[in-house]
Amino acid sequence: MADAGATVIVRLDGVEKHFGAVRALDGVDFSVSAGECVGLVGHNGAGKSTLMHVLAGTLAPDDGGIAVGGADQIGYAVVLAQRLGIRCVFQELSLCPNLTVAENARINHAALKGLGWRRRAGDLILAKLDEIFPGHGIGPGDVVRDLPIGKRQMVEVARAFTVTVDPLRLVILDEPTSSLDSQTAGQLLAFVRRVVAGGASGVLISHLLGEVLENSDRIVVMRDGKVVAADRAAAFDRDKLVTAMGAAGKPAHADAERAAERPTAAPVRVRARPERQADGAELVAHEGEVIGLAGLSGHGQTELLLAIFNGAARRTDRIEVTAPVALVAGDRQADGIFPLWSIGQNIGIRSIAGLRKGLLISRASEEEFAAAWQKKMNIRTPDIRNNILSLSGGNQQKALFARALGSDARIVLMDDPMRGVDIGTKREVYELIRQEARNGRTFLWYTTETDELENCDHVYVFRNGRIVADLRRGELTEEKVIQSSFQAAG
Amino acid sequence: MTLVRTLVGRPWIWSFVGALAVWLAAIAFTGGYGAGGMLTAALSLAVFMVIVGVGQMFVITLGPGNVDLSLPANIGLASAVAMKVMDGNDPMVAIGLVAALGTGMAIGAANYLLIWALRIPPIIATLSASFIIQSIDISYGRGLQIKPPPGFADFTITQVAGIPILAILTLLFSIGAGIVLHRTVYGRLVTAVGQNIRAAWLAGIPVGRIRFLTYTLSGTLGGLNGALLAGYFRGANVDIGNEYLLASIAVVVIGGTSVAGGKANLPGVWGAALFLVLLLTMLNTFGVSAGVRLLVTGLVIVGVITAAGGQKASR
Amino acid sequence: MSMAASSAAASARLPWVAGIRPRRLLRALLPALSLTLILIGIAWLNPRAISYFGFNLMLNLAIPIALATIAQMFVITGNDLDLSIGTFVGFVGCVTATWLRDDPLVGALVLIGAISVYAALGALIYLRNLPSIVVTLGMSFVWQGLAILLLPKPGGKAPDWLLQLMGFKPPWVPFPIIAAVVIAVVAHVGLMRTSYGAVLRGAGGNPVAISRAGWSLLKTKAIMFALAGTFGVLSGMALIGITTSADANIGNGYTLLSIAGVILGGGEFVGGRVSPIGAVIGALTLALAASPLLTFMHIPPDWQVGANGAILIIVLAARALISRREG
Repeated sequence: MADAGATVIVRLDGVEKHFGAVRALDGVDFSVSAGECVGLVGHNGAGKSTLMHVLAGTLAPDDGGIAVGGADQIGYAVVLAQRLGIRCVFQELSLCPNLTVAENARINHAALKGLGWRRRAGDLILAKLDEIFPGHGIGPGDVVRDLPIGKRQMVEVARAFTVTVDPLRLVILDEPTSSLDSQTAGQLLAFVRRVVAGGASGVLISHLLGEVLENSDRIVVMRDGKVVAADRAAAFDRDKLVTAMGAAGKPAHADAERAAERPTAAPVRVRARPERQADGAELVAHEGEVIGLAGLSGHGQTELLLAIFNGAARRTDRIEVTAPVALVAGDRQADGIFPLWSIGQNIGIRSIAGLRKGLLISRASEEEFAAAWQKKMNIRTPDIRNNILSLSGGNQQKALFARALGSDARIVLMDDPMRGVDIGTKREVYELIRQEARNGRTFLWYTTETDELENCDHVYVFRNGRIVADLRRGELTEEKVIQSSFQAAG
Repeated sequence: MTLVRTLVGRPWIWSFVGALAVWLAAIAFTGGYGAGGMLTAALSLAVFMVIVGVGQMFVITLGPGNVDLSLPANIGLASAVAMKVMDGNDPMVAIGLVAALGTGMAIGAANYLLIWALRIPPIIATLSASFIIQSIDISYGRGLQIKPPPGFADFTITQVAGIPILAILTLLFSIGAGIVLHRTVYGRLVTAVGQNIRAAWLAGIPVGRIRFLTYTLSGTLGGLNGALLAGYFRGANVDIGNEYLLASIAVVVIGGTSVAGGKANLPGVWGAALFLVLLLTMLNTFGVSAGVRLLVTGLVIVGVITAAGGQKASR
Repeated sequence: MSMAASSAAASARLPWVAGIRPRRLLRALLPALSLTLILIGIAWLNPRAISYFGFNLMLNLAIPIALATIAQMFVITGNDLDLSIGTFVGFVGCVTATWLRDDPLVGALVLIGAISVYAALGALIYLRNLPSIVVTLGMSFVWQGLAILLLPKPGGKAPDWLLQLMGFKPPWVPFPIIAAVVIAVVAHVGLMRTSYGAVLRGAGGNPVAISRAGWSLLKTKAIMFALAGTFGVLSGMALIGITTSADANIGNGYTLLSIAGVILGGGEFVGGRVSPIGAVIGALTLALAASPLLTFMHIPPDWQVGANGAILIIVLAARALISRREG
């Protein structure tokens, strides 16, 4: 808890940053005191990440001042920031996949050189991993490329907290739990609270409002490049935050129409049995159903989705798919976006064969198609012909949805597509999914956020590559899901 | 003014500007003598670079690491096949061409087989294939002294108002290739695969098929080039294609196609081909030695790419 | 979770042996396995080749090839490709056979200047974000042109001290093998074991992360290319020490040989994943397969070139088969 007289570690005054015509930061005042954890919330595109990049020194502001420890900084940059004790863990992981865990630790600490550096680096990172995530199972000689994404995030976070020469004053965490399961997320947040109690400071950016409310001393809300609300955490609750962030409309539970049971007389669209399944349990999806895949992250959900995706082309005895399949990727950068193309081209790529006139693609049809989907998905952009990267993350995800929904696919697989997406976008997409399901499309939805499972008719809980529970809508509670995911598989 | 601005904004314009500059420099040296002849000769030779350049452009657009290094060997073998099948008879020209195209197509398909079945990186696959093709060519073409059919040979050097017929045909071909690139599903899918192969697969694109078609296309164009070169230079030989390895890559890159894949520039291939050929012509006009010629060509390539700069970083 | 990470997760659950996955071990051993196979082939075809004298002769050219392969390895570590290493080796050879002998100071300055040019190229590639394939393509013409200007016809003579060095005949173990081991150890320690070596490799694996951590990517790129230039110079000098005289085209095959050697040794074009020891072994394998093995197999000269290609394909196919099972 920070008292009124606590020292201010870092202060940003009137910071501005433009990217071309986009005003990412429009005059922001922001400060963090010693011994406090500041939660930073806002929609995608509100400017949170940009502000943190300025704070960490990786982006130079166009205007405004930065003061660290009371001293104004001129020519502030990453190296200086590190020396002053500011560390950050960004959403895009900063590990080198071809190096080992220990070598990655060395990268961040220029002081780890000379004879025996490898042992020292290894000890350093291992000690920190043990401190934050007891029972982590990571070795300093592990090559990062071989680690699952949850473990990679653990390494990245632990590395940010390691100290050699420079002190640790402020740690910025941008969506730190997005790839962690609930157990490790809990360990991390508990650690952050300990560190803050010990006198250091933290900035926590998260879309999980519950997380922010529970772990921050103070909360700052951003919208459209400006700070619109800032107060002690106790003064906020979920609804107040959502209102301040600017999401209009009903809270998540409003849609009671889901109560209607899906008729199981509808034809079976997908039948799939995970490779490791010994007891014959399988995932069955009927037309018009929304099926959830849950459980701790990295326990076989994505593998099954991929197997189903491949199963549309090649039938195997494990997988049966009776209609065209589309997949919406969660890792946009790696699995979804074509970065040189426009928004329209990205949306239309799955349906391109149908947009022809004769042998050639018709530009008019393409543009019509794109415009229709922009409207339907409510993609916020001044021009559908702009490059896809001009969109915010949430809108990019909408474009990927449009690509899948605009195609002839009757089955849509979703690989945790809402990671790092703002609440407003999420709500719009949930509604769209429900609508499409009513019209006969089938959705298979892997998500790491148990809240989202409320949209599903059935939830299959995974553990160690097997289905361990099959919960119907009526039986669905957060406790039940978590409970089954921790049970030993049958 | 806006016309100039749109022109300047096009990436391919610079290769044409370069070609123009070189031509002017050469004319300045000769005092205007032979300016027209220089252009005609340049067009004649540029044709061969464009044909394989287009194939190479499609391959390079498939994404990082994709390049067809088997072109020289391909051209060499196809020229020998064409000459042997045509056997100096004009009526056999069509069949000879088909045979050369077929050879090239088979080579392209074999390249892809290595890449796909054995998961060998394209650079090594096409390189290894080129070694094998070279050996086939050496033993097949042993003692080959066959001249091309007179009608065919004449056709390759025929001109209409100072412009070689081959150049006109190649221009039409390039326009066709441009349409394929920008307005067909195949072309769209190639650029998708080149930007993000994983996303392409997950978007339901038949990545393997697209790559197969592209390598086969490049091979076929190599075969065509081999036949035409044999006609133009009046005979086949193993080394006839040697300069086209570097030339095919250079015209693609100098012409503005992205080496990282996903962005092809077809007019640029023409501009770059003209530029390179005129550069060599200019150097010949200046009477420089082989060493200086190589030196200047190299420095120009480095200079051009430095001036143009690379792909802007995506952040 | 992204697709790539989930397949990594799947393979992470395979059984471990002393901290190393069995299939990963197999993949790492593949270069050594191919070398052994080729040696067995040679031994079977011509048992007398397996002798001090035989190895000395067969592995003669392995030293310059290995040095060129290490040069290429440094460039590939940074996600680039050097298409000019072959003609550069030829240029260095020409300088060695002329200036280095007749006017050693000038010769040494020229070679040092050449290394600086390489470093400058690295800096240029970084600053202007250029595709290395094109830049090195252009430079290959430059080096070739300079070599031809220096030695229009084959000739020149290697300096005596170089001839003595390369003609050294240590007891029991042939010189090329000792040299190969030294080269492999130096490169391995330098790139894989030093703390800055980790930074250099990291610059290939995730350049953004490296620069965010405060390291200069300009420096890493320039250093990688400078190292490539240095090993290229060593390769050219070693080559002339063996062939005693030079010609402008002498190194032309080394570009593709060096790339093949790095890949054979388990390296990959992107991601900063290379193996110095594997690269040297790959170079030795190629040196053996390129000529001695084929001669012993009585392959007609027409087909020798083709056989090179076939050998390359076979080894890579083996690697693919093992990798596929590794997942």
